[in-house]
Amino acid sequence: MSEYFLLRNREIPNIDDLVIYRQNKGFETFQSAVTSMKPDEVTEIVKASGLRGRGGAGFPTGMKWSFIDKNNWPHYVVANADESEPGTFKDREIMESNPFQFLEGVMLCAYAIGANAAYIYLRGEFWQLAAELDRHIEYLERENLLGDKLFGTDYSLRLYTHLGAGAYICGEETAMLESLEGKLGQPRLRPPFPPSFGLYGKPTVVNNVETLANVPLIVERGAEWYRKFGTEKSPGTKVFSLSGNVEKPGNYELPLGATFRELIFAHGGGIPGGRNIKAIMPAGASSSLIFADEKALDTPMDYESVPNVGAQLGSASVIVIDDSVSMDWLIDKTVHFFAHESCGKCTPCREGTYWMRHITERISHGQASWDDVILLNEVANGIKGKCLCALGDFATEAVMSSIARFRSDFETKTHAAAETIEAKVSP
Amino acid sequence: MNPLRERYGSEIDNVLAKYPADQKRSAVMPLLYIAQRERGYITRAQLDQVGEILGISSTDVASIVGFYTLYHDKPEGKYRIQVCNDLPCALRGADKFLRDFCDRLGVEPGGTTADGVVAVDGVMCLAACHRAPMFQVQSRTEISYHEDQTVDKAMQLVESWRQANGQ
Repeated sequence: MSEYFLLRNREIPNIDDLVIYRQNKGFETFQSAVTSMKPDEVTEIVKASGLRGRGGAGFPTGMKWSFIDKNNWPHYVVANADESEPGTFKDREIMESNPFQFLEGVMLCAYAIGANAAYIYLRGEFWQLAAELDRHIEYLERENLLGDKLFGTDYSLRLYTHLGAGAYICGEETAMLESLEGKLGQPRLRPPFPPSFGLYGKPTVVNNVETLANVPLIVERGAEWYRKFGTEKSPGTKVFSLSGNVEKPGNYELPLGATFRELIFAHGGGIPGGRNIKAIMPAGASSSLIFADEKALDTPMDYESVPNVGAQLGSASVIVIDDSVSMDWLIDKTVHFFAHESCGKCTPCREGTYWMRHITERISHGQASWDDVILLNEVANGIKGKCLCALGDFATEAVMSSIARFRSDFETKTHAAAETIEAKVSP
Repeated sequence: MNPLRERYGSEIDNVLAKYPADQKRSAVMPLLYIAQRERGYITRAQLDQVGEILGISSTDVASIVGFYTLYHDKPEGKYRIQVCNDLPCALRGADKFLRDFCDRLGVEPGGTTADGVVAVDGVMCLAACHRAPMFQVQSRTEISYHEDQTVDKAMQLVESWRQANGQ
């Protein structure tokens, strides 16, 4: 692509320097919004742009902002920088390399919903990044871009970073709010949703880093401009995190609707070692496994097309699996992750991931029969759709889709186990 | 007197200022990071001190320490090396890296070297899948990322710590 909108650092050297960012119109949009636009006008532009949440759910951003309860104050913005999905590393690059665009997005969101305080919740491992952002925020305060009575208006805004401490579940928006309140990071029962009952019980918008980084250019250049990129239902560009068995893993900013083939082969350089592609996980470890045939490779990566090949776009963390990988090993990995990260609040997830972990371990160690594969599928079924948040469901996606779509991997593994046992018991 | 308050008074005030005056509990995580800087883990006495500053029980503070993986309640190595071996990293050789690295250090994953300098273990995703094998190092005062690693590179880092510690 000739132009970057999110990873602008790749085109404009040192855009992580406030001076350079301002030379490229940085914070002009925020200033003109605060001085000459009504908050609702900002929301309307974002709504019209069709921007959808980049954290995974793909919920329309402007609509979320418009749900904010105007009869209950104060309002808060919480930027979700907890990036923890295996396969996802896009928000980190945005915050490291184009931090002011992200911060301006947070500030525009705050202005649009009338919030005077915004928190950036970063995973604890981003300790150095949080220290950088703190320095950037101080700089913005010195430059009077943040603080009291901005640009001579009555609008005041403060940004604060808040470090998590190692818990995948805190990427779930209500668990994040609990954590920010100083409690265990466990999801809340919804509804009520954060725009009516969020941080400290007050109306709150929780948005992903990449989502917010889209906002400054949308407000500056307009909804019509934004809709020139991507598809009708998934406008804009997306940062695709490409990982696994590819020559050139990394972040690639492409219009939504680019195909898997383009990402994996044209940009990612294909599969190393002369191997063939076997499967794709388009949404990180919480993804279903797509059988990587020609049809799948030619599928556009957008919110509406990926379900046609049996998965979701999610956070667009594309993990490529080559034909050396057996799915019993793969799901043992993903299930270990979710069993470790289950917060323990809902029984089906807490107990179910524990039992799945035991079964996947047995299968991958060649100590299981086909009955265990059926049992595993049953346990997964017992979790799916029965928990407060999506973590339980996420834990089942790779398990159930791999048993359904890569059955022979499990047959081979359990047959080999049966033969070993047979050999041991035969006289 | 509260030793934590005494030693880090202005820093604690700055943390508290981030949150509404009636929502002091929000500061529990940042205060635990401050407490952990003292010894690399949180002591029983510090649980009481953090609780006292925030007006919550020591049990509530302890539950936070137990829930989040970056807080520790016992001494391990001076430097905690955590190698990501989740799926994307494992597809790029992280499991082998962890095994070989542990062999060179002479410990099992989860163990600490005899000189007490290094504790090493696997860890869940660190958002660096494209630069595997990689690990983070948690010391008393900070967390740093080390990406595109080889066992030799990692051993050099360990040796530099050992020399700095006069060994």
